Amino acid sequence: MALEKQRFDTLILGAGGAGLNAALQLANANLKVAVVSKVFPTRSHTVAAQGGVNAALANVLPDNWHWHMFDTVKGSDYLGDQDAIEYMCREAIPTVYELEHNGVPFSRLTNGKIYQRAFGGQSQNFGGEQAARTCAAADRTGHAILHTLYQQNIRAKTHFYDEYFAVDLIKDKEGIVVGALVLNIATGEPLLIESTTTLLATGGCGQVFRTTSNAHINTGDGMAMVLRAGLPLMDMEFFQFHPTGIAGKGMLITEGVRGEGGYLINKDGDRFMEKYAPNAKDLASRDVVSRSIVTEVRDGHGCGPEADHVMLKVNHLSEDVIAKRLPGIRESSRIFAGVDPVKDPIPVFPTAHYVMGGIPTDRFGRVMPTSEDNGEHLPGLYAAGECACASVHGANRLGGNSLLDILVFGRLAGHNIIDYVKDNGTHRPLDEAAVEQAMGRLARWENKGEGLSVSQLRNEFRKTMEDHAGVFRVEEMMAEGVEKVRQIREKLSDVRLTDHSSTFNINRTEALELENMIDVGLSIAVSALHRKESRGAHSRPDYPKRNDAEWMKHTLYWQENDKLDYKGVRVQPLTVESFPPKERVY
Amino acid sequence: MKFSVYRYNPDTDDEPYMQGFEVELRQGMMLRDALLAIREQDESFTFRHSCGEGVCGSDGVNVNGSNKLACITPLTELKEPVVVRPFPGRPVVRDLVVDMSQFYTRYKQVDPWLIRKEPMPEREILQSPEERDKLDGLYECIMCGCCSTSCPSFWWNPDKFLGPQALLSACRFLADSRDQAGEERLDKLEGPYKLFRCHTIMNCVEACPKGLNPTKAIGHIKAIMLKDAI
Repeated sequence: MALEKQRFDTLILGAGGAGLNAALQLANANLKVAVVSKVFPTRSHTVAAQGGVNAALANVLPDNWHWHMFDTVKGSDYLGDQDAIEYMCREAIPTVYELEHNGVPFSRLTNGKIYQRAFGGQSQNFGGEQAARTCAAADRTGHAILHTLYQQNIRAKTHFYDEYFAVDLIKDKEGIVVGALVLNIATGEPLLIESTTTLLATGGCGQVFRTTSNAHINTGDGMAMVLRAGLPLMDMEFFQFHPTGIAGKGMLITEGVRGEGGYLINKDGDRFMEKYAPNAKDLASRDVVSRSIVTEVRDGHGCGPEADHVMLKVNHLSEDVIAKRLPGIRESSRIFAGVDPVKDPIPVFPTAHYVMGGIPTDRFGRVMPTSEDNGEHLPGLYAAGECACASVHGANRLGGNSLLDILVFGRLAGHNIIDYVKDNGTHRPLDEAAVEQAMGRLARWENKGEGLSVSQLRNEFRKTMEDHAGVFRVEEMMAEGVEKVRQIREKLSDVRLTDHSSTFNINRTEALELENMIDVGLSIAVSALHRKESRGAHSRPDYPKRNDAEWMKHTLYWQENDKLDYKGVRVQPLTVESFPPKERVY
Repeated sequence: MKFSVYRYNPDTDDEPYMQGFEVELRQGMMLRDALLAIREQDESFTFRHSCGEGVCGSDGVNVNGSNKLACITPLTELKEPVVVRPFPGRPVVRDLVVDMSQFYTRYKQVDPWLIRKEPMPEREILQSPEERDKLDGLYECIMCGCCSTSCPSFWWNPDKFLGPQALLSACRFLADSRDQAGEERLDKLEGPYKLFRCHTIMNCVEACPKGLNPTKAIGHIKAIMLKDAI
């Protein structure tokens, strides 16, 4: 049977905040745009973002984008690219206003302006008093934003392929990406989508760790597609563990809880963050707070019968504040931890949350294929959101900068694609060999017979990542981890499906996701093993100090032979002076 | 714990059937955990799920006769054997997966986006906390479909009655002080079916996993219409 083909100006893979904000710009400009998502768009993981989106609106306390920029550079442990960071912090302001105009139901101040709360790592005046920069819709900001963007895309008549799974990028003979092979999950039919421009907006890969705040769908699909296309991933060793996941379960308790005045205590009731971050205390950067919690537990100060977590105390706040500002958290705590935070503290422990690394892009969202910083990029291929690395988060992302990143760079990618398509509107002939290769990825799972199950190997893999690439990392442990993940990758060929139906076969999509996760997991393990310093979320007790002389550079990882290369941090901002690296204290 | 789950694979089964499974109970287990445990026993067992914390709205199912989100339904609340079926009234794709396209079409029919006719200000459109409070109980909808697929009026007239979810969304925009298309919105809801097929049976209120009240929202729309008519 002939493979069905469809043509669009732009193909967007992923329907979270980045994909939908890009799609909206494109559809508003009357481009023919297809959005492919393996779930119905409002199920994308942006929906779970709680606390809010940073923008220096100065609605509550004095603020400006330059302070926001300083905090982001410092938060990144000086690994973020300062041109991209300046751009993001400036664009934050019009981006948030545009969202509000599109209908996002932000919480409000008595003067009618958007409510803003304090979040970790925020300061006024380049490291001074705490700032209040995070624009919030109660503690459901991601939900409010994702639904609004979906609604506006319905209005703009964006074409959605709901419940289609992206298998692989398709190139032409010159190596330019000209579309993707996708799979209709409901029918099992493949479809070839040809496009003059392609935007990867496939989100994160938190499922590579066993305990995670991430959804089942966050399997790093776009990152793995890029690896298979022979392109690199950047800074994958930097994975954020959010300090406050519900202990033993991983569901997120927003940093907004601490922003509203909640704080962490150990088994003796001590507010231990005073010891680790005397100024910012519980609102220190996430990497700092996560390490502090793990250290408390290791030193025997943990709570509960297993002494394996700490407590987040909220019950000193009024019930009114909790009901108004943190209603979703109250609900989650009741359901998953069995506690009402109005009365009792919430048991918490760090949970795998966010990958700072990803597909390397310049600050225009264009994918960069090499370690040369010479402006070279792949024509027509863009990436935005958590799957991309611009790099605005460097070694550690600040709370409230994730929604910001996806929205700013999704919007920007949309604008840049509009300009690109004006001059490059013709479809290039695709390389049939590339199509065959992608089809081969599907055909492999038709193999029948005895073998491992997807879930067996997935469980083994996720446990390995958790044990060998967690909050604290030492050489031997990581080297062993790399070896184990390589063995797991070998075992992939022994995995067989027992279900070969064409109709809604989630066994098949989970197998494809497992391949993606293992590819991405290995990029994390290998990149981490080779970075011999502690910076941001990458914390090595055997190399406890940041080493700017040797390591103020981005890691690039290619799948072929697990090759690594490095490139310098872009320390020159667009219009202001560079922030030179300083010791990072909170 | 004993489960009886609905099975139907159009590729291999002539007709649907119920299949028994047993799952070992752990503390704090949700229905989704049990469904995943069943998948470990039989990987062909199919259902949608994602976030695991009740915000993405993927895993709505019918359990012991009520529509619920599997990931936030504790097993301790359920009677044995736990009978799990797909949402009623929707065409079954496979096992617990139903075709929700008609449900989404009804949603799109209410123009679920903010309509502003005046030019936008440079900054945010101002809205007082009291005006914003009116959106509470409306904007939190996660489109899981528990309400509309438990509504007898939606079962009988899914082609004409908009159903509780779409009407809750209509109310969300009518209630937004920033929206400037109230009259058009109300006009679009006129007629005997779209809105008025709601007979206040209130299954939707019972079913909503987010504690929202579509019946109240529908009553609110009716009240505005009445006020406008006088």
